[in-house]
Amino acid sequence: MPEFILELKKIGYSYHSMHGEIQALEDISFGVREGEFVAIVGPSGCGKTTLLSIIAGLLIPEKGTIVVNNPDGSLHYPKVGYMLQHDHLFEWRTVYRNVILGLEINHQLTEERLDYVNQLLIDYGLDQFRDKRPSELSGGMKQRAALIRTLALGPQLLLLDEPFSALDYQTRLMVSADICHLIRQTKKTMIIITHDLSEAISLADRVVILSGRPATVKKELPIHLTLQDDSLLAARHAPEFQDYFSRLWEVLTNEGTGGEEIERKVFQG
Amino acid sequence: MNAKFSRADTELTRQEAFVRAHKRHHHQVASFRLLLFAGFLILWEVSADMGWIDSFFFSSPSRVVHCVIQLCKDHSLFLHIGITLFETILSFLLVFLISVAVSTVLWYSTRLSEVLEPYLVILNSLPKSALAPLFIVWLGTGTTTIIVAGISVALFGSIISFYTGFRQVDPEKITLIYTLGGNKKDAFTKVVLPGSVPIMLSTTKVNIGLALVGVIIGEFLAARRGLGYLIIYGSQVFQLDKVITSIILLCIIAFGFYKGIQCIEHHIKIKLKM
Repeated sequence: MPEFILELKKIGYSYHSMHGEIQALEDISFGVREGEFVAIVGPSGCGKTTLLSIIAGLLIPEKGTIVVNNPDGSLHYPKVGYMLQHDHLFEWRTVYRNVILGLEINHQLTEERLDYVNQLLIDYGLDQFRDKRPSELSGGMKQRAALIRTLALGPQLLLLDEPFSALDYQTRLMVSADICHLIRQTKKTMIIITHDLSEAISLADRVVILSGRPATVKKELPIHLTLQDDSLLAARHAPEFQDYFSRLWEVLTNEGTGGEEIERKVFQG
Repeated sequence: MNAKFSRADTELTRQEAFVRAHKRHHHQVASFRLLLFAGFLILWEVSADMGWIDSFFFSSPSRVVHCVIQLCKDHSLFLHIGITLFETILSFLLVFLISVAVSTVLWYSTRLSEVLEPYLVILNSLPKSALAPLFIVWLGTGTTTIIVAGISVALFGSIISFYTGFRQVDPEKITLIYTLGGNKKDAFTKVVLPGSVPIMLSTTKVNIGLALVGVIIGEFLAARRGLGYLIIYGSQVFQLDKVITSIILLCIIAFGFYKGIQCIEHHIKIKLKM
């Protein structure tokens, strides 16, 4: 079986305007394994969102190919769920009608799907808020509702575009850990964009570092953290955390490659 | 203990004092409004009685009341009011429907909206009363002409406002619809239309007044009934009581429309919890 379920090969993309061409992505190649969490970090404006839009199928790459290897051998492109920078829950709909928006659009308001949504509402503690308006929810609950809306369609691959950047710092720490914990439970594959290095280290199995525009893959860094307990912030207290942070920082700021891989015994929490 | 109680007491009275001051402010505003109205009526009546103004030209409250009673007696008052109300509401509803339809088409086709933009701006700035004589020639004298006049005054501004509202919807919300597998139609029905309700409501408030303006212009030129006709007829036969009575009735109608729209707006906002 191939190693990656999704593999990007030499992806390139440029934006065109009357003022000329802006090359956003140049020669991006990396793969994603099934059930893996990949974080993409890079300087702001380097084309991270463009890359995610290409993976989501919202944009068509000008160069390169995306190779799909579904575990079941089928050839269709994996179903993608996309979470944007803001939760974008609609104030004119109740929480429940917000989370079934995707099903409504795809005409999939089947009993099976709605049962799944209702189960998620109960599991994520939102059942009692189903008839409330989004503004009555806390920041964390809004993100959970946005996650249910994304999961309702049964995606195989989740794409998160700085989904917590609109939250204040304290809420963000808790919500990002919470949401990723919930996604881990669904055993789905996830690609998350962030400009927050600690977030990338604490959430991902592997960090892909992009260069400035036009973006190329500068380095891929597998993350293995020793978790001391199972609290939400455990990853940030892991002994290797600081080390990874310095390495990522070095790669991002210097034009260097970050030296040799960390030689460290691996403990998976 | 005592100290605690007294603190709570003062806090309560401060809250009460705030509520009382707030209510007093509103009562004052309301009574000054009434006072202004009553003062104007009294001054008007007295000036006419004392001969400071010529009541033939300026009428007086008692003459207006007399005129209303007379119009009631020959049953024409409610006919005139009813006709004007009917024409205004019909024009207003047509303006709303046409604006929604046209701005929807413009939203769907960026190219068409770019092509039509200068035409819309010109038609919006054009004084519509200049068109009224043409409408008479084209459509004859009657209800159709008056309703078309009513529509013409409000329509183009309304289309521009609706379309601008549609364009101002957060593009990320539209992206969300695409990420959920939706198409342009889903983006319109799930995001653009519900997201534009506030701007549509505020435009509607302006439109009802403009429709009334258009209908009166139409009635000036092409009617045998309605308050606009009554004004023109009154001025031609020098019965200025009729003119001034009609104007006062128009004030009341305009106020009624404003309150009506406000009421509808309130209900929609409660329903959508905005």
